Amino acid sequence: MVEKTVQEINQKIKDGSVHVVTAEQMTGIVEELGPEDAAREVDVVTTGTFGAMCSSGAFLNFGHSDPPIKMQRVWLNDVEAYGGIAAVDAYIGATQLSESRGMEYGGGHVIEDLVARKSVHIRAVAYGTDCYPRKNIETEITIDDLNQAIMLNPRNAYQRYNVATNSSDRTLYTYMGTLLPNYGNATYSGAGVLSPLYNDPDFETIGRGSKIFLCGAPSYIIGEGTQHEPQNDFATIMVTGDLKEMSREFLRGAAFHGYGATLYVGLGIPIPILNENIAKKTGISDADIITNVLDYSSPRRSRPTLRKVSYEELKSGTIELDGKEVRTSPLSSFFMARKVASTLKHWIEQGNFMLSQPMEKLPTDTVFGPMKQTKETPLVKDVMSRKMITIRQGKSVEDAAKLIMRGQSTHLPVTSEDDRLIGIITAWDISKAVAQGKYDKLDRTMTRRVITATLDEPIDVTARKLEKHNISALPVIDKDGKVIGMITSDDISRLIAKRNGCHPQAPLEGKQ
Amino acid sequence: MDATHRHLSKENSRENVVFRGDYDMKIFLRFAPEINQEPHISEVILETGAKLNINKASVDAVSGEVVVDVPDEKFNEVVKRFRSRGVEVSILEHPVILDEDECINCGACISVCHVKALCFKDDWSIALDEKRCNQCGACITACPHGALEFS
Repeated sequence: MVEKTVQEINQKIKDGSVHVVTAEQMTGIVEELGPEDAAREVDVVTTGTFGAMCSSGAFLNFGHSDPPIKMQRVWLNDVEAYGGIAAVDAYIGATQLSESRGMEYGGGHVIEDLVARKSVHIRAVAYGTDCYPRKNIETEITIDDLNQAIMLNPRNAYQRYNVATNSSDRTLYTYMGTLLPNYGNATYSGAGVLSPLYNDPDFETIGRGSKIFLCGAPSYIIGEGTQHEPQNDFATIMVTGDLKEMSREFLRGAAFHGYGATLYVGLGIPIPILNENIAKKTGISDADIITNVLDYSSPRRSRPTLRKVSYEELKSGTIELDGKEVRTSPLSSFFMARKVASTLKHWIEQGNFMLSQPMEKLPTDTVFGPMKQTKETPLVKDVMSRKMITIRQGKSVEDAAKLIMRGQSTHLPVTSEDDRLIGIITAWDISKAVAQGKYDKLDRTMTRRVITATLDEPIDVTARKLEKHNISALPVIDKDGKVIGMITSDDISRLIAKRNGCHPQAPLEGKQ
Repeated sequence: MDATHRHLSKENSRENVVFRGDYDMKIFLRFAPEINQEPHISEVILETGAKLNINKASVDAVSGEVVVDVPDEKFNEVVKRFRSRGVEVSILEHPVILDEDECINCGACISVCHVKALCFKDDWSIALDEKRCNQCGACITACPHGALEFS
């Protein structure tokens, strides 16, 4: 039986006799010595992760201007921060986008620029009061001009994360990176063997008040993170630290193409090896950590799980999906996760970082529930028109032109003998064919890769398809691929107008 | 309201499959407007018998820019022939540039690369094999840190 206390380990840190290893090294030690001897041998196991953590940000205090302003809305490098707290406090969130640069620059980049001690442009507006008469201000600051810059991240260090892949025939740009069509790749996140929360999954040493490594600065766990779901191995933590002490090496603004901005956060937790049970848990390996492969081509809350996979298989570079070898990409950096764990190890060995006893355990029973929605989401079948004209394959472009003129519809689904959709021809396709003098058979002019809608699809999903592909109508198909109706942007506009109680002429977002 | 948009995916152009053999050298050709409409590449292939592989091409009425893989043994001859036709030739030593200060070695670029030009080294840092790169640009889009760009 090995029993140690945090105080005893801290004494060893003070006198320089502490034995610290990383969680990656600990796996081998536990395997070789067994948990009891490993617990005798090792005092602290350091963990680390370095990944995109969207739920991150910082509280900033600018000090008062003269005359003073109550910043109602405030922008840093054109990225809006939340100003609804007092007069000169604001919270800059990692995913807020720049109003001038769009998706390539956001809150995460502002935070990185502050930490890099670059000059940041501040702009604020106010309504003016007797005590805060000023209505506008613009200035340039660096992080050293702020009274406080305190990182406070509501949800960091996900214990594990789902793997993303894409069964559809189109590339998707997601917060899980570029997902190539037809299971062209799979992306994952999380440090596996070095995952802080996987090395103490029952929160025997990690809790409210635990001292941790956050972006290069000693920092603290505030408590459970948002969406904390430990029973499902999706535990998270809320953390805070002094942004002024952080280093750009362990904190990076990032932008995912087609998704937007985020912040890469380096986070490490030291785990005191108080007994053999804790030693045993820190012996976890990549092979022991299992996660789900989800199909991100489904734009719904519940995405289908394709299979379970271990971090060992993910890290091998390929996983098997549908009988096919699919290449994997991590989005988090294992190289940097190692650096976090080894830097924290070094701090402890040098006597620069003492361990803290948590004040309170993290909850072990919270669940991540869905949003309560009080208004029902309209589906395609509520909006689509069932009256539509189609054209059989084998007909001519001229036939299609006549049908379009007769039917008042600019989109004509092309069907096979058994009514299955095989293509679509639009008035634009016909104009183009005529202009180029190349028109006879429909087959050569129609588009074969048709974007379609299904009956039970929420119209928000359909509206996104129309916007993304810059089109104005979609054929609705059943599960056998038969055309059963059409849905147009006009149908959706009318519905949204009704939903918002506004004039039917109101423009549909993103519609041309 | 104009309802006659093209029913086309924006991504059609991304899905061109590129064959690659064992080429060693990559060159960048620039065609001036006055020679832009002539079949220089075909003629150089016929004259030299070199199996040129076009990686990337952008040609319109006023200019032409093409990246070509050239087999090692015919390299000097191919370059000479293009130059004698007035085509500007530059040797592409770095098809894409990896900025090590911006790169955090995540690996988001690895699985989107069709030609496997990117991989992890043993220490989980990123290795770029420039000879394999065909300049498709997928890694540049996939990099969350703007660490990759065309040279």
